[in-house]
Amino acid sequence: MVDFNRFTLANGLRVLVHEDDTTPMAVLNILYDVGARDEEEGKTGFAHLFEHLMFGGSVNIPVYDEPLQRVGGENNAFTSNDITNYYITLPATNIETAFWLESDRMLSLAFSEKSLETQRNVVCEEFKQRYLNQPYGDVWLKLRPLAYTTHPYRWATIGQDLAQIENAKMEDVKAFFHKHYNPLNAILVVGGNVKTADIKEMAEKWFGPIPSGTAYERRLPAEPQQTEARSQTVHAEVPLNGLYMAFKMPARRDPEYQVFDLLSDVLSQGHSARLYQRLLKDQQLFSDIHAYITSSLDEGLFVIEGKLSEGVSMEDAEKAVWKELQEIASQPVTVDELTKVKNKSESIMVFAEMSLLDKAMNLAYYELLGDANGLNTEIDKYLAVEAAAIQNAAARTFIPAQCSILYYLTAKDA
Amino acid sequence: MLNRTLIPESRQVNEINFIAPAQQQLDNGIKVFTLNAGKQELVRIEFVLENVNWDPSKPLQSNAVNHLINNGTNTLTAAQIADQVDYYGAFLQTEYGADQSTIKVYTLTKHLKSVLPILWSILNDSIFPQQELDIFKLNQQQSLKVSLQKNDFLARKNFAAVLFGNTTYGSGISLEDYQAIQREDLLGYFRAGYQPANCTVFVAGKFEQPEFDLLNAVFGQEWSNNEKAVVNHFEFPDHQKGDLFIERPEAIQSAIRMGTLTVNRTHPDFAGFQVLNCLLGGYFGSRLMANIREDKGYTYGIGSAVVSMKHSGYFFIATEVGADVCGKAMEEIEKEIGLLQNELIPAGELDLVRNYMLGSMLGSLENAFSHADKFKNIYFSGLDYSYYDDYIKTVKNISSLELQELAKRYLNTDNFIKVIVGKK
Repeated sequence: MVDFNRFTLANGLRVLVHEDDTTPMAVLNILYDVGARDEEEGKTGFAHLFEHLMFGGSVNIPVYDEPLQRVGGENNAFTSNDITNYYITLPATNIETAFWLESDRMLSLAFSEKSLETQRNVVCEEFKQRYLNQPYGDVWLKLRPLAYTTHPYRWATIGQDLAQIENAKMEDVKAFFHKHYNPLNAILVVGGNVKTADIKEMAEKWFGPIPSGTAYERRLPAEPQQTEARSQTVHAEVPLNGLYMAFKMPARRDPEYQVFDLLSDVLSQGHSARLYQRLLKDQQLFSDIHAYITSSLDEGLFVIEGKLSEGVSMEDAEKAVWKELQEIASQPVTVDELTKVKNKSESIMVFAEMSLLDKAMNLAYYELLGDANGLNTEIDKYLAVEAAAIQNAAARTFIPAQCSILYYLTAKDA
Repeated sequence: MLNRTLIPESRQVNEINFIAPAQQQLDNGIKVFTLNAGKQELVRIEFVLENVNWDPSKPLQSNAVNHLINNGTNTLTAAQIADQVDYYGAFLQTEYGADQSTIKVYTLTKHLKSVLPILWSILNDSIFPQQELDIFKLNQQQSLKVSLQKNDFLARKNFAAVLFGNTTYGSGISLEDYQAIQREDLLGYFRAGYQPANCTVFVAGKFEQPEFDLLNAVFGQEWSNNEKAVVNHFEFPDHQKGDLFIERPEAIQSAIRMGTLTVNRTHPDFAGFQVLNCLLGGYFGSRLMANIREDKGYTYGIGSAVVSMKHSGYFFIATEVGADVCGKAMEEIEKEIGLLQNELIPAGELDLVRNYMLGSMLGSLENAFSHADKFKNIYFSGLDYSYYDDYIKTVKNISSLELQELAKRYLNTDNFIKVIVGKK
């Protein structure tokens, strides 16, 4: 159970406070409701590049990191296709420094040319390090545009290519800031050894004077129903053949989301899961195989990915995956399997309460979903799932005409 | 009107409370250190076994035993073990380190009674089935083939090989090493390495007397294994110096790794050296990050670290930089080290690092698990909690002059091994 208090400032900023006196630390987490899905085509990678620029100084504070480190704090941030999330961890006695820093960069950035130039380079190196200079690093750069034709999920958070980042202009940066970075578009969570009354006072003091801004109205093109099987074959200097299969699945807020999560668990959670036991251990077709979901706020993906054992043909490997998918679509999972994945979900929820930062991030995310208290009732949704629902979800999902497949082959198999 | 240019008041961390574990003993003498803390009804139990009987001709022996120990016993198949562990929502992990092998389980406390017998079977009756070994050998080789395509992996592997030679710290594993693993070697190691004389248990989470009694009832009896074993001991008088370049013509980034053998946690200079390391490359605001990422934009990240092992310690700097700026990055790294040796660190910068490190230490004591981890660090170095008192004193008080001396003593780049993988 993660307790919290909640209030909203006059400018629309939503604030949640989680009091935890077992720690001397505090966390300030701020979630902006903007991700790569809010980018324009041709200017992709921008939400993420922008996240880097948020550390390049704000209107009244020339450097962000230094004053925070000086009071014993640390910070970081991440960008996904849906959200951008910033967080600070510091000794609770120094929490006001976090308010000072975060409120100033919500008010306005410094927009320094030097910072833009450096961060363009840094992000390009990040692009190379994580996506281009790694075996299989570019899988998602290829799989997304295969699975999505229309919705902006068709590009990765890093962007479609290096050139779009290299070409980012200061005017783009400013426009992006004014559109997305304001109190109406943010959720602030403070957790740790703090008192709600003090936090309320600090929130009013530091964030209260920031103008509301204009609410961003999200109008994203819906992805049309996929009616034909899609596939793409890539050859690269990699040692093993890889198979990546993606199916559409409901959005995160859909009441069936938990059904799909458990479906992926039956296939792939732990070493007792079906894909691992049958395809890796029994039939030895794969040396590595996983199923997982993207948990996206719009229609997401159910992904199966595996590396083939040497000497196994792609045809046989793919056929074996389809056989598993057809089985789970045509027969209910066993009572033991269902109990197992529910027990595991319960464990994972309880273990997540061990970390103050995780609790703060989760509160912010569930508030974005509609209600932070959803974090505390989430497990009930999992426990309520029945075997028939899983079978039904599988039957509607695992259809060849709705599948996008990436064959990632070693150059020698070209 | 709010003045946003004024930094709010702040305080240096002056009190850091470490929670020491309670020490108990099972009926067969195994020491159990328990950190009973936290609100959640869950527990982590770790069985830590010293690595023994190092045989350089079988570099994967102890590693493979650790990895395969949950793959079949006299009474349970690999699938049954996985099934039962997952059924109770538990997580069973094996962790192989250069000095110790660990078997750990995370479980809700209410399922402890069901989970412990599975662990007992694993630690006492493992049989390492040939079929499981064959799958392991093939899949590990596949995974190694992927890693061998990664520049940072190659840099790490070659750096360790030069530094630590033919010991468990340095051994550069090859595909052939996997092919050579024999089931008999695994059984032999299991009989020697997995026994009470060699085992210490660490518990963290919700764990009271009834849970201890449960643990004792299962693990306090006589274990199956009792063969003679010698705990590994290594000495590293000196190492090769110089440059190692592994060319990968298609690389768009080069991995750099450089460093040297140095003191470990038991040495009085260690805490001061950690301050020096933090300043150079140990946090986001470090000199290496400020120069090579934030000023030059050559990399997504660069860092340095001091690593303490049982019989050695080492220092290293690691990064991946644009292939076209590799030479420049190397120059800048050496320049930053030179500055530490030749100029006193300004008081403002040193104060910042002090505060950062104290805050970071405070933040690293988040829950029962992290308190237990802090204890393991000192326990396996043969130290007590005065180590942390001294560490905090050093962080608060070390002078710029002392840090300059440490830089001269430990960061002599002529003694460094410098590995570059990619393009120069």
